[in-house]
This record gives sequence, structure tokens and C-alpha cells, in this order.
Amino acid sequence: MARVRILVGTHKGAFILNADGARREWKVSGPHFAGWEAYHLKGSPVDPRRLYASQSSSWFGQVVQVSNDGGETWAPAGNQFLYDGVPGTHQWYDGTPHPWEFKRVWHLEPSLTDPDTVLVGAEDAALFKSVDGGRTWHELSGLRTNATAPGWQPGAGGMCLHTILLHPQNPDRIIVAISAAGAFRSDDAGLTWKPINKGLWSKYLPDPTAEIGHCVHHIAMNPQTPDTLFMQKHWDVMRSDDAGDQWTRISGNLPTDFGFAIDVHSHEPETVYVVPIKSDSEHFPLDGRLCVFRSKSGGYEWEPLTRGLPQQNCYVNILRDAMSVDTLDGCGIYFGTTGGQVYCSPDGGDTWNTVVHDLPAVLSVEAQTLA
Amino acid sequence: MTSRLCFPSKRRRWLNSMQLNRRIRIELPTHLRTLASISGPELLLAVCPPFTLSNLLDTLEAHYPVLRGTIREHGTHRRRAFLRFFACQVDLSHEPPSTLLPDAVVEGREPLIILAAIAGGC
Repeated sequence: MARVRILVGTHKGAFILNADGARREWKVSGPHFAGWEAYHLKGSPVDPRRLYASQSSSWFGQVVQVSNDGGETWAPAGNQFLYDGVPGTHQWYDGTPHPWEFKRVWHLEPSLTDPDTVLVGAEDAALFKSVDGGRTWHELSGLRTNATAPGWQPGAGGMCLHTILLHPQNPDRIIVAISAAGAFRSDDAGLTWKPINKGLWSKYLPDPTAEIGHCVHHIAMNPQTPDTLFMQKHWDVMRSDDAGDQWTRISGNLPTDFGFAIDVHSHEPETVYVVPIKSDSEHFPLDGRLCVFRSKSGGYEWEPLTRGLPQQNCYVNILRDAMSVDTLDGCGIYFGTTGGQVYCSPDGGDTWNTVVHDLPAVLSVEAQTLA
Repeated sequence: MTSRLCFPSKRRRWLNSMQLNRRIRIELPTHLRTLASISGPELLLAVCPPFTLSNLLDTLEAHYPVLRGTIREHGTHRRRAFLRFFACQVDLSHEPPSTLLPDAVVEGREPLIILAAIAGGC
């Protein structure tokens, strides 16, 4: 029988949740890397026992951990992330030039074909690659040396590269998103990049339709339709049907279209999930009611999903990497909150169960479907 | 106290000239001991001259490569901002890397303390 493994990164360590295909009873292990921030964990699609984890600390810097047994044991890998050449500058919050400085790894994206190859998204925004299982890293510096990069500016959470999407058929195509620079695409395996932000509109930019400067919070894609992308921007939920060349607003009837997390049903490429957050100044659900919203029509029309979710006094946030889906028949949807809860819907969002409820603030959630 | 660090004693100059390994005690923060699989509160490290802060840290990182980048930044070897170096009730954190360690550390009577020194956070 198929099983699921949920990799949870939190403010104070990582946790691994295991269940069978029914997804009713869970075994929780952890904390792994106790006391450290576990920004993100992700498993290799070709070898699910190979896991990568980003472990970081303001005191001790960045560590990357690797497991070859599904998270039962871990070993530190390489942690030398050096920008290629002279790093140059981006814009600081006050608009002055500021040198690129490596701070941490926000996101790990293992290769679709090789368990030893993995990309990471860093703060300050850059893309690094390892082809030896994380022992050594080199920068794909074409992104950071893009002509627009000196104008990139950090968002409130730092200038982080937080989203990496790999095209399932075209290994040369990589899409990334950076707060608050926007989305970028490479069609030559990371050598060169172009901004893909047409159609985005950000009210407080001097030019609301600028080529860069949009605060993209997350982008999701169903591998069956890799040219269709769904984006949760700071405000606005957007979609693109041409791999980001043009974006269209699909917020429709959402009660608020601010948020961080977004994901797509694993078998229905037009079924999309978001968790609306009240506003950029009040990072919690509207009226203290935690609702996932689902669109079965690729956007515009959304329905609230509340069965099993707290409908009063709930003031948590759901961060950008804290939602994931499994690939079982009844697509499982998972998300974690800054209040330390992890919720699971085993039926595509119709009903929700609490998997665990008192973890440290959840930074990321990744689902693995195991044979 | 500062002058003691800046002007090595005759004995320390003699130890350096003798090219003898010394076993130096180091206290590491709990998180780094866990990361490097070091048991016990102190580490005893055989160090060759010169008995400077930088050589001690080079030797530590050579024995425990996993600690590279966790005490000093990769590339620049600058001390990470939230860590401090103490020995013999003296703050060595702002001393140049070529600073000779105090006699008591070189002779194993006192540890070099690497401390996660910024309290608070959440």
C-alpha cells in the first residue's frame, strides 16, 4: 500500500510525519536539527530515500544535511556557498547599492533525474547547484548577473530566492521567484535568464507594471501542464499559460487575495488551492477563521474549504513553502501554520484533519508519495 | 589585559620557537558540538605553532570540516557576528587573527571559549 511522508521545516528544527495511504494515523519523528531553523526539506523524485535539508542559524550560519534513509539518519554536507566572481551590488531598502551577502538557503529543489543533483535558492538571491549530493556547490551566476539584478530590492523577509520549478520534459527550463524582484526563467539550464513579470501589477511601485520589483510570494505548477503556472503575489493570485510570458489575474471572488501559499491538485491541473490572509499588515486569516480556498476552474471562481479547520480565534499565518500535495488517488493536501499545526486533507480539500498541533512555527511542508 | 595579548611573553615566544605541539582545550557551543559529534563539554586539540587564534581555528576546522563556515565565514574567515572568543576572562573577539593565545590556554590550564554570545531571539 502506498504511504506518504511529510517533511516539515520549522523555526526550531525539522519533523517527519509518516502515514499509510489512508492518512488518518500519523507517526511523528523529530525534532531533527533541534534548535536550528529548518527552512526547507525535500526528497529526490528519483530516490525518495534521499532527502536534503536546509539547516540554518543566525549564530552558526548555513548547514545542508543529507539523508539516504528517508530521514532516519542525517549527515552534514557542504555548506560553502560563494558567489561567483565579484558579487556586485543590489539595492538596499533605502535604495542605495548594497553588496550581495549570502545568508541562508530558503529552498532545495532536487533534480528530476539524478539524486545527486540539487539546486538551492539562497538569500541574498542566487541559485546554487550541486552535482555531488551536496558536497560542493557552484553558483549558476547568470541569474545574479542578469542586467536587472542591480535594481533588485529585498522584501521584508530578505531578498530570498524561494521558488524553483523544473520543467518535467525540458531540462533546460528553470523558473525561479525572488522576493521582491519577481519571477525569472531560464531556457538554457540556468546560463541566462529573463524576467517573466508581464501582466503583474504592483500598486506601490513607481511603475506598477515594471519589469522587476514585484513581490512574488510563490509559484506552483502541475507537472502534467508545465507551461501553466499559478502565482500567489503579495496581493493578487495570477496564472500564466505560456510559462510566465504573460500573467492574468484570477483572484475572482476571493475575500482577500493577499497570501503566501499556493498549490495545484496533483491530478486535476485546473484545481488550485490558496490560503487567503487578511492583508500585508495583518498576517492572519480573515475574521479568525482558517479557510483554504479551492478553484476547480483554474481561478476566478473560488470556494471556501473549512470542514475540520478552526473557524474562530485562529490568527496564524501560512508561509510560502508551507503547502504541498501528494499524488495518491484522492489527492492529499497539506499545510502548516506559524502556530505549529500541520493539517491534512485526504480528499482534495473537502475535509481536514490535524496531523500535529504544537510544533514550532512551520516554515515549510513537502509531501512525498511512497510506493 | 590587552597588553598581555598584544605582547607575547618570553615563554610563549619560546614555545613558538620550540615548534612543539600543544594540547589546547576548546569549549564549543552545544549546537556545534552536536553538529561535529563531539561529546563532553570540552575538546582537546593538538595544535602546532604558532599558537595564534587563526591557527587554532584552522586546526579545529581541519579536524572537524563540518565546522567550516559555522564559526568563521567562508572565504573571508571573519568571525561570525553572533559568536565571541573568550579566554582567561579576556574577550579575544576583536583581536587580530594573528594574536597569540594567552599562556594559560597554550599550556592547557584554561580553555578557549567559543560562545554563542547574543542572547534573546525566539
